[in-house]
Amino acid sequence: MAEEKKKKIFNSESAHALVSELRKTFNTGKTKSYEWRVSQLKNLQKLIEEHEKEIIEALQTDLAKPEAEIHVGEIGMLKSSLKTTLKQLRNWMMPEKVKTSMTTFPSSAEILPEPLGVTLVISPWNYPILLSIDPMIGAIAAGNVVVLKPSEVAPASSSFLAKYLGEYMDSSAIRVVEGAVPETIALLEQKWDKIFYTGSGRIGRIVMSAAAKHLTPVVLELGGKCPVIVDSDINLQVATRRIIGGKWACNNGQACVSADYIITTKEFAPKLIGSLKHEIEACFGTNPIESKDIARIINSNHFDRLSKLLDDEKVSGKIVYGGKRDKSCLRIAPTILLDVPEDSLIMNEEIFGPLLPILMVDKIEDSFALVTSKEKPLAAYLFTNKNKLKDEFVSTISAGATVINEVTIHLAVHTLPFGGVGESGTGSYHGKFSFDAFSHKKAVLYRSFAGDASVRYPPYSNGKVRMLKALINGSILGIILALFKLSKD
Amino acid sequence: MGTMMDLDQSLVELRQTFRSRRTRSLEWRKSQLQAILQLLRKKEDKIFNALHQDLGKHPIEVYRDEIGVVEKSINHALSCLEKWMGPKKTRLPLVFFPASAQVLPEPLGLVLIFVSWNFPFSLAMDPLIGAISAGNVVVLKPSEHAPATSSLLSETIPLFLDSKAIKVIEGGAEVCEQLLQKKWDKIFFTGSQRVGRLIMSAAANHLTPVTLELGGKCPVILDSLSNLSEIKLAVKRIVGGKWGSCNGQACIAVDYVLVEDRFASVLINSLQRTIEKFYGKTLDEYQNLSRVVNKHHFNRLRSLLDDPLVAASIVYGGSWDEEKLMIQPTILLNPPLNSELMTEEIFGPLLPIITVDKIEESIDFINSMPKPLVIYALTKNEAFKKRILSETSSGTVTFNDILIQFLCDALPFGGVGPSGFGRYHGKYSFDTFSHEKAVLQRSYWFELEARYPPWNDFKLKFLRLTYKFDYFGLILLMLGLKK
Repeated sequence: MAEEKKKKIFNSESAHALVSELRKTFNTGKTKSYEWRVSQLKNLQKLIEEHEKEIIEALQTDLAKPEAEIHVGEIGMLKSSLKTTLKQLRNWMMPEKVKTSMTTFPSSAEILPEPLGVTLVISPWNYPILLSIDPMIGAIAAGNVVVLKPSEVAPASSSFLAKYLGEYMDSSAIRVVEGAVPETIALLEQKWDKIFYTGSGRIGRIVMSAAAKHLTPVVLELGGKCPVIVDSDINLQVATRRIIGGKWACNNGQACVSADYIITTKEFAPKLIGSLKHEIEACFGTNPIESKDIARIINSNHFDRLSKLLDDEKVSGKIVYGGKRDKSCLRIAPTILLDVPEDSLIMNEEIFGPLLPILMVDKIEDSFALVTSKEKPLAAYLFTNKNKLKDEFVSTISAGATVINEVTIHLAVHTLPFGGVGESGTGSYHGKFSFDAFSHKKAVLYRSFAGDASVRYPPYSNGKVRMLKALINGSILGIILALFKLSKD
Repeated sequence: MGTMMDLDQSLVELRQTFRSRRTRSLEWRKSQLQAILQLLRKKEDKIFNALHQDLGKHPIEVYRDEIGVVEKSINHALSCLEKWMGPKKTRLPLVFFPASAQVLPEPLGLVLIFVSWNFPFSLAMDPLIGAISAGNVVVLKPSEHAPATSSLLSETIPLFLDSKAIKVIEGGAEVCEQLLQKKWDKIFFTGSQRVGRLIMSAAANHLTPVTLELGGKCPVILDSLSNLSEIKLAVKRIVGGKWGSCNGQACIAVDYVLVEDRFASVLINSLQRTIEKFYGKTLDEYQNLSRVVNKHHFNRLRSLLDDPLVAASIVYGGSWDEEKLMIQPTILLNPPLNSELMTEEIFGPLLPIITVDKIEESIDFINSMPKPLVIYALTKNEAFKKRILSETSSGTVTFNDILIQFLCDALPFGGVGPSGFGRYHGKYSFDTFSHEKAVLQRSYWFELEARYPPWNDFKLKFLRLTYKFDYFGLILLMLGLKK
């Protein structure tokens, strides 16, 4: 019986039936109520609380993630997101009153958030629990029904989500569809009211094309090469540790906001490399490839991809630290490369792994042109104490986020929108931005039958023109003058 | 103009201008907005002429819907621009101390604006104002179906605005296709759903974000009103909202009316009288009415009346003049719901009236159709208003008036579902052409050891407490007092 269930194909027909069923649920209005939303969010809290052990197991199976990283990067983030959402939800659901001008006097206006309807969340393999549930929190908070398609590349996490979301959540409104490319295509053929996708630019294009057929709005959380510009006038130890925290202690570089590459001056590079070597060993021991405190590479495909980057003849001789690989346990040691050429493979794709190239410039200011010559990344990082450099960095570099003297922690700040620009994506979420991403903000204008301006209607006259001009420009004086002239007609 | 090379050269020049950062300064943006004001003042007569040529619009309609709205948008933008451009500080939880966070708007870069033919001047200028306010460089593609306005824009914009930052590219479908092959940082489109899909598909190739201002069938729910003067006013507003703005060819025009059966004949009579007062009685007399834009749409509208069941439902009007491209304001009573008239956006001077037993049934009726750009509800029943708001979905809901929400800069203007996504007007115009960049700054002191491997139980406990923002627990832990 269980075998039969597993073999059941999820095709276009199944996807269509699923969407119809969820749309029926949505149309009953059940998911719009505050009580329903809160109950589902609280169920998520319970799920995470009661099955923390299973979450850790799944993530260690899929990625060998260290427990501390799981608590910081997945469980902790979700708990904090749920807490914020439950606390603020009532506020977020309330209409926002807006001021109207003389032009529409007398009137009152407000903006009313409402759910979009049937939403699809497609999540990636690198933070498979966080990046599935966090967008769902936004969708549910905004009153939608949701289908989650977790990544098949993280199968233990995918099973976890299918099992426990099935048990804890209202299955008439929230469903998980496991599977790979065929299932994803079947889902993308359907008409959704919103699609939220986290992953690569290549698939992002496919998602947006599919969405275009139904005029479905999308949020695309993509990636990019997040640069770290390192000035010389800094607290080197703290900066180095933060870089390590944002690279190898961050899913082993397999994160959309990981430090991808470093730019520093020719003069400072040796000091930086020395510091990195020292601090890497302080964090991971003298043989970092064996450290249990680093996640492994997700699978052999990615292992091979990363190996290719190291085998590229353009970077031969550029490795200054690390380089060890072990395919049997899918591990590559924290590796630093110095002065790789611009046209090497490693500088032309998002690394998403434990390799850290360092590029050198004469003056630190030259690093900005280097960054702006590439596609806009999800985040750009700068370590410096110089205020002028900070200002120039923020105003010159376009990225999802610009962060100074830190790496990756901006994700944890729920009052900042988290999203990309250009190739790194469109739309944003976290905190209230999640609620907004899954809402339609309906404009409402209240007028009455009192006070109609006959100037609005034909037949037209010069007096009417004057009055109309004054009304449209909201000019009280103009209206008074026009009234005078009007009365003389 | 029109060769691929010319286009490529223009784009190279625009990107160079953007990289030079000239468009970032408040001064440049203000100077461009003021230049548009100059254009409006100095070329007002030419604007009237062009719109009269393209659509037969009366100068007052032109002032109200094309010139006046643009003036208003510019004045609003000029007075708010500095504020809009400034960073917005955001709160940070204590655990991040010391740090500062803010959201900083920045221009997206190279923007493409497609203009529709029905308000060929204001639907070019209004988005342009947003794009300029946000500091972008722009290509404006006016509609080839409003050729006089297209020429006017092409001639006058380079005279008044920075021609290395703002360009007008005229042309038809072929030019659109060429434009869509290029990489843009934002595309803003006003028009039909069909073309909206094509635009979004093309944009997907470059992951270009889009705003789609589409259309739909905007209903009027007409509830019973208590006295004659209110009824008269409601009818005036319906007539003005149907035929008064580009003769029904507007995305927010009244498409059809829902009313209780018992009021239908009063409504029809009242509509008739008002139509004749505003516009005249016969095709020859009509003043103050725009014409249908071209033969293609004229034929489309006429063929809606070909269906014999539809023709049988005509209670007023129904005649046309092919040469003048005029169709009489026409009222139909309960045409078949599966006719094209009732399944497609009308975009013309035909007004179906659909009757229901009780006005509350309008809600189900509206929900059986795709989400429209606006729902108009003429009612004084507060409970009914609440139901409309919570049980229907549309871009906007306007109570007791029609079209006027367009003038309210504090309200976002845009659709939902098939009526589009994204929004503009007022600050929303600035936002739609901006990227809101998150900026976080920390310093080096107050470093937390627990953030880094090698991991141990203490660090784990520390991190758990941090994520709960359990500051007291953290203190206890650090003092060795928490188990």
